[in-house]
Amino acid sequence: MSNHTKGKTLHSLGPASQVPLGEGKTFEIGDLKIAVFRTRDSKLFSTQAFCPHKGALLADGIVGGGTVICPFHAYKFDLETGKAVGNDCEALQSYQVERSEDGNLQLHHPCMNK
Amino acid sequence: MSSKQQLVVIGNGMAGARFVEDLLARGGGDKYQIVMFGDEPYGNYNRILLSGVLSGTHDPKEIFLNPLSWYSENGIRLHSDARVTAIDRARCQVLAGDGLSVPYDRLVIATGSRPFVPPMDGLKLDSGQFKEGVFLFRTLQDCDGIIKFAGRCRKAAVIGGGLLGLEAARGLLNLGVETHVVHLMSHLMEVQLDGPAGGVLKGTLEHLGVHVHLEKATTAILGANEVSGLQFKDGTKLDCDMVVISAGIRANCELARDVGMKVERGIVVDDGLNCPDDPKIFAVGECAQHRGQVYGLVAPLWEQTAVLADRLSGRNSQATYCGSKVSTKLKVMGVELAVMGDKHPREPGDEEVSYVERSRGIYKKLVIRNGQLAGAILLGDSLRAASLHQYFDQGSELPENRAELLFPMSGEAKPLTMAYVPDSAQVCNCNGVSKGRLVEAVQSGCRSLKSLCDATRAGTGCGSCKPQVQAILEMASDGLMVDDPAAHYYVPGIPLTKPALIQAIRTQELRSVSAVFEALVEGREQAGSKAGLASLLKTIWGRDYEDERDARFINDRVHANVQKDRTFSVVPRIYGGVTSAAELRRIADVADKYSVPMVKITGGQRIDLLGISKENLPRVWQDLGMPSGHAYTKAFRTCKTCVGTEFCRYGVGDSTSLGIKIERRFQGIESPHKMKLATAGCPRNCSEATTKDLGAVAVEGGRWEIYVGGAAGSRVRKGDILCVVDTHEEVLKFMGRFMQFYRENGKYLERTYDFVERIGIERLRRLLVDDAEGVSSRLDEEIQAAVDAYRDPWEEALQPVHPTQFSDVLVPSKT
Repeated sequence: MSNHTKGKTLHSLGPASQVPLGEGKTFEIGDLKIAVFRTRDSKLFSTQAFCPHKGALLADGIVGGGTVICPFHAYKFDLETGKAVGNDCEALQSYQVERSEDGNLQLHHPCMNK
Repeated sequence: MSSKQQLVVIGNGMAGARFVEDLLARGGGDKYQIVMFGDEPYGNYNRILLSGVLSGTHDPKEIFLNPLSWYSENGIRLHSDARVTAIDRARCQVLAGDGLSVPYDRLVIATGSRPFVPPMDGLKLDSGQFKEGVFLFRTLQDCDGIIKFAGRCRKAAVIGGGLLGLEAARGLLNLGVETHVVHLMSHLMEVQLDGPAGGVLKGTLEHLGVHVHLEKATTAILGANEVSGLQFKDGTKLDCDMVVISAGIRANCELARDVGMKVERGIVVDDGLNCPDDPKIFAVGECAQHRGQVYGLVAPLWEQTAVLADRLSGRNSQATYCGSKVSTKLKVMGVELAVMGDKHPREPGDEEVSYVERSRGIYKKLVIRNGQLAGAILLGDSLRAASLHQYFDQGSELPENRAELLFPMSGEAKPLTMAYVPDSAQVCNCNGVSKGRLVEAVQSGCRSLKSLCDATRAGTGCGSCKPQVQAILEMASDGLMVDDPAAHYYVPGIPLTKPALIQAIRTQELRSVSAVFEALVEGREQAGSKAGLASLLKTIWGRDYEDERDARFINDRVHANVQKDRTFSVVPRIYGGVTSAAELRRIADVADKYSVPMVKITGGQRIDLLGISKENLPRVWQDLGMPSGHAYTKAFRTCKTCVGTEFCRYGVGDSTSLGIKIERRFQGIESPHKMKLATAGCPRNCSEATTKDLGAVAVEGGRWEIYVGGAAGSRVRKGDILCVVDTHEEVLKFMGRFMQFYRENGKYLERTYDFVERIGIERLRRLLVDDAEGVSSRLDEEIQAAVDAYRDPWEEALQPVHPTQFSDVLVPSKT
């Protein structure tokens, strides 16, 4: 199921409850792997799946205060902007993800082959 | 329009600017519109480093604590290079040159001091300017002038043999000038040093090439338009072509005196730094006189600014300043000096202990009163300075053998002499930070351990380099480091020390990490604090802890150790390092079934299966049928053993059974950091039990020595003996008691080796073995409760806490 908005496709990732509260989970859509985070106050964020430093799964990190701490070497990133906080690591690619009316996660991403 | 009050600060020096910094850190920027007046046309710089600028070790650009951009970034209106001419108390406004008038709701005077110029002839030209070649030594501009003039000068005289004069002399020496120090008194630095110490210092200075002239009062500066020499009261003369006057400072109190405020040697203030005659006016720093004292060292000034900031920000309106204990650690002419308290015995019964080695420039003296340290001078060797400061600050009882205070005892940890380590040496191995990088960061403004670690990432990995980082901070900041209160917080996101935090958690019955954030910091969740809070809450509440898995590090979410390729390492528990053929077969079968890339024997005497995917973890655990070895978390890890009386011909104790009992009892008990144990069957100690967090060594007579606080990893330390007992049961009892005490009192991520050194083995013995404070039975109950509450985390193979707990990558189904 997809809708088109400004050259982007809406991809359904399934129920938001797949992501434990306060944590992240890694999703694969076609060739793309992303991390989706669901904060304790029910905000959703999405970034690239792997840490630019040494490739950890960012979804395995600790989330809090709008940031995620990478599990490998504790690099910290702002979930909204993807920018590194307190260090000069490359910023994360961030994606737009939201919750649909039926409680599913929806990713905004340019059209891809399915 | 804001309803902010207007705060005016007269003075942009080390007290004034620091006060504004402290105020901003306490949210004062929301309450006040801040206006500052400064005499010098720059931001605030570290005046103490001027001697470094003079001697060439510091670039003038490097010494700014608050560059001009800091003021604009923080919304502070700075009138630099503008002298305040008067305070109008009736209209509550401050008047400056060019007809400027600025109203105030609160006024802080931080005008500091000016150099004292002793009366003498020939100082100035008719125009009123100083004769050419005459300099003061207070400002950047002074430094600049001295450096430029030194280029064409042969011989310089410094009038004033106090701390500042000697620093000026060092600078001149480095500029290649023949340097003479001229001093009124009979020995140098008479404020800090006694006569003999002054004599030793004179010897050291002469050895460095400085000429010292004592008991000389300068009556005139000779030379028509340029300096040609000094004339002394006793009729003698000294040829020179440059004079630097550094004969003391006088507080700048005119503004206060002119409007009728009480002024003695400084502007008189009370314990709230408030001027008694005017509730709106305050004074801090060198210009203030508190309980009869005027301070000229930076630490007391910064204590004053913190109190004033607490009061004016409303953060703590009851904060009081009660005066400062004057204890300082300095480098004078590159020579280490630590001074505190009284330099002479004052009362009958005062004891004096001293040690002098003139040829090496060493002088150490203690003044002891009623068994406490009342004063000390350490010149030329300040290795014991840190512990003497502690005795002095805390008034603790001194060891009977006074020599212990003056010299490091053999067997003690070698003090960290970071000064001799080359800049290229790597201090933080986890993050590859060199000493040079750390020094650079300190010199560019990082004055607390936290800011230094944040800026360089040093100490943010395993953390074992922190003592060395601290030592470099002390060395590179010339003692001007800041004790960040956040250094004492249990976790950075909650401004409370561990005891205060535990108190709040218990009284408010906060059982989860999110409850703690909600109740104590208005819901401001901080990612870096979650794991530490989870550890603490589990220790406090045991079974009643509300375990929010998002507060766990990944290892503790999936109960395995994450590896660099995102696979995991699985280490099943092998009690005491003793296994069986059946167990080995099960492990081998699992290795085959899952094509495990590496099977490795660990240092903890068990077997590691490396390269297992997250998704396979539950199935691997089920196929192994063995409980978790907890090789991935901050808890009891292992109890290694050597064979002992079961087989070994040297064994005097059954170390294998004991090790297995220990491991069965304490497996998985959470602690501030990992605990690695071992038991040894005889003093040959083949299992290295003396370098473990807890160890038990069998000795002749079938007894067991219990060691605590040992280490053999990034730090190597021999454990201290807690006690010697007769039975396995007693070993379990005392080990459990120590573990519980560590769980309750250790800082998060503090290994037992740091913990034991911090508390002290004497105190631990008194508390845990002698039961001097009656805490033993409670500790025994608590550790028993923790043991009873233990569940094998690998049971989650059958009952995951969340459907996707072990999912690596989710692939949404196509629709």
